[in-house]
Amino acid sequence: MPNTSTNIRSELVQSLNKNPGDWSQDLQDELKNYQHKELEKPIIYIGTGTCGLGAGAGDTLKEVKDYLERNDIDAEVKEVGCIGFCVEEPLVDIQLPGRTRVGFSEITEDKVEGLLDSVFNGQIPAEHLVGQFKDQDLEPYEDIDYIEDHPFFRNQTRRVLENCGRVEPTSLEEYIAQDGFQGLAKILRTTTPEELCDLIKDSGLRGRGGAGFPTGLKWKFALDNAAEQKYFICNADEGDPGAFMDRAVIEGDPYRLLEGMILGSYAIGASKAIVYIRAEYPLAITRLNHAISVLKEEGLLGDNILNSGFNLEIKIKKGAGAFVCGEETAMINSIQGKRGMPSPRPPYPAEKGLFNKPTNINNVETLANVPGIARNGPEWFKSIGTEDSKGTKVFAVSGDVKNTGLLEVEMGVRLKEIVYNIGGGIADDNEFKAAQIGGPSGGCVPKQHLDIEIDYETLQEVGAVMGSGGLVIMDENTCMVDVAKFFMDFIQRESCGKCIPCREGTRRMLDTLKAITRSRSQEDKSKHESLKRFKSVVYLKRLANVIQDSAHCGLGQTGPNPVLSTLRWFRDEYEKHIYERTCPAGVCKNLITYNVDEDKCVGCTLCAQKCPSDAIKGKQQVPHYIVDEECVRCGQCVEVCRFDAINVK
Amino acid sequence: MDSIDSILEKYPNAGRDSLIPILQEVQEEENYLSKDNVKRIGKYLGLPTSKIYGVATFYNQFRFEALGNYHIQICRGTACHVKGSEQVLEEFKRELDIEPGETSRNGDFSLEIVSCIGACGLAPVITVNGEVHSKVQPGDVKDIIKNYREEVKENA
Repeated sequence: MPNTSTNIRSELVQSLNKNPGDWSQDLQDELKNYQHKELEKPIIYIGTGTCGLGAGAGDTLKEVKDYLERNDIDAEVKEVGCIGFCVEEPLVDIQLPGRTRVGFSEITEDKVEGLLDSVFNGQIPAEHLVGQFKDQDLEPYEDIDYIEDHPFFRNQTRRVLENCGRVEPTSLEEYIAQDGFQGLAKILRTTTPEELCDLIKDSGLRGRGGAGFPTGLKWKFALDNAAEQKYFICNADEGDPGAFMDRAVIEGDPYRLLEGMILGSYAIGASKAIVYIRAEYPLAITRLNHAISVLKEEGLLGDNILNSGFNLEIKIKKGAGAFVCGEETAMINSIQGKRGMPSPRPPYPAEKGLFNKPTNINNVETLANVPGIARNGPEWFKSIGTEDSKGTKVFAVSGDVKNTGLLEVEMGVRLKEIVYNIGGGIADDNEFKAAQIGGPSGGCVPKQHLDIEIDYETLQEVGAVMGSGGLVIMDENTCMVDVAKFFMDFIQRESCGKCIPCREGTRRMLDTLKAITRSRSQEDKSKHESLKRFKSVVYLKRLANVIQDSAHCGLGQTGPNPVLSTLRWFRDEYEKHIYERTCPAGVCKNLITYNVDEDKCVGCTLCAQKCPSDAIKGKQQVPHYIVDEECVRCGQCVEVCRFDAINVK
Repeated sequence: MDSIDSILEKYPNAGRDSLIPILQEVQEEENYLSKDNVKRIGKYLGLPTSKIYGVATFYNQFRFEALGNYHIQICRGTACHVKGSEQVLEEFKRELDIEPGETSRNGDFSLEIVSCIGACGLAPVITVNGEVHSKVQPGDVKDIIKNYREEVKENA
């Protein structure tokens, strides 16, 4: 019924100018439909974000459709975004008419039949069950826990992610049914751009891209610079390795971002807006394109939005893969078709930005916070958080933690709670070592500071930054020198080459780190190299400070942070590498050797079969040995050995 | 009129700001940026070839050589690194006997490093022609390549 649904959609959009309480009864009933309160047939929701697809949700989706056809069952299949519980993907939720929605985890293709068989026979299987979603209008199942009480979700405060994984991201109706665009309608009706800037300023919202500049203030600067043409840019160039918040928001709830962009553009008086998004996010780009075309059709984009006289056009620009383009002026140069190198500031983009016109740039998560503030007011937003950091923050938690995924917590929550309560602790019951927060510009938080509150200022005190929200948890088997080398390698590769401190300095720092982790046999025999090793800690620190002081843009200035913070908290580890030539965590492969413990080895040949370089020799039922020259130190033998017979030193 | 013309046609009165989108579309169509195409784009936009080359080499996305039939991307994001993606990369290098950025001589495989695919919960992640393989261990690499080699044989 494509026709009627288009009509209802238009009707819903038209009614936005009225309070939902004044909407006609018909429309209210329709809304209930889109809130999945009154179902005619069962709905099967499948999380098909990039992470879901990676875990096999595509095959699950196909199998679900086949199953329904095979068994002649009339049910609706909805593709939803990512609810954030990545470790348990593929996630499938099932809602039967009149009953609450129930979530299941790890439903790969082969588990579909069993699951659907029992659900359609009135049995909710305990296997793979995550829980049921709370809904006062629907009849709950007895003896099934609520998803909201699940340890992963219990300690979260979901505002930006409230719709992710719950609503169909392609459906404007479902977004409106969750009070979407109410904020925009209210603001366009009652508030001037100046008042909107003040309102956002009052809410205390700060940029979620990392630096934490007050958003309202930024908008005010752009508003105050009068010009015929202004631009509003959304920075979705999520280049920080280990962060995927923006992708999840765009894939799971694209209309929220667009509503935020319309509000922002209205606040600064821009009639053209651009989303600068990574080309590596094809699904997010598709969802965004679709959402933009729907909004155009319904008059929520284009001329005279909701009869307010405000016009806006939103375009998508695909980034071409350069980390530095996350910097405002570099991004502007990239949009203009140039090499993405930063320009000197001032003039700030708010005065002379894209095509020399006043321009405002905000991050995805910042903008996704705006519709809520517009709808519920600044008091609602600042009711949670700390003194200087209000609201919530989304983190992409990955690494050695049990529950990896996307989560949203109130500002001021302690890091410990994220790692142990929501994250479920360290995988394989290993020891926590450090949490790397803020990506290549950030630093690591060691064990003794696990109690730290998540807040822009407190994180800086321990040498880390909020960053965009990448949070990589590392256990005792992680080498901090190796982590520092990893980030330095990244920064050095991604340095645009414009200024010398960053281009040459990061290269030198990387060289020094490489020298530290080299074995004696690989060493350049000149005195120079051994001297470099012994001086390295002092040299790294001095060079890092020079780069911080003199680099041109944020990428360079913050580039040395990972080295400085690992040096600050794990200096002993550096010293072990330098003076003893050992890697305590057994990671730096030039400093470790693999040996077979002859007492433990039973000669099962498993390791020899797995060894990619045939370095393990030995006959069946006779203890094996490893030829060091052949060994590539991949660690496969340790992984497969069931007798714990391989030592790494 | 060929496919490049029809791409250029989509950008009437194009200025410098259309350069990157045009390069992206041409690469998507042709799988790489050939010398001739770069010249044609330059002519269309009124830009010297050197400028276009300067822009194209700046960004990781653009390449000047054709990709193999199977495009293997190894994620080298932080989460993947912590979970051991370096060993996975080493294994691919050894198995295919090529360096990242290169294509195997028979044109079957291309190897590339990407900074982050954004599926960190499934680390280490690789994609082959867009198909995601998650939680890849160095020991899985042989099998992954074997499967694709068999696919090549079947298609031949």
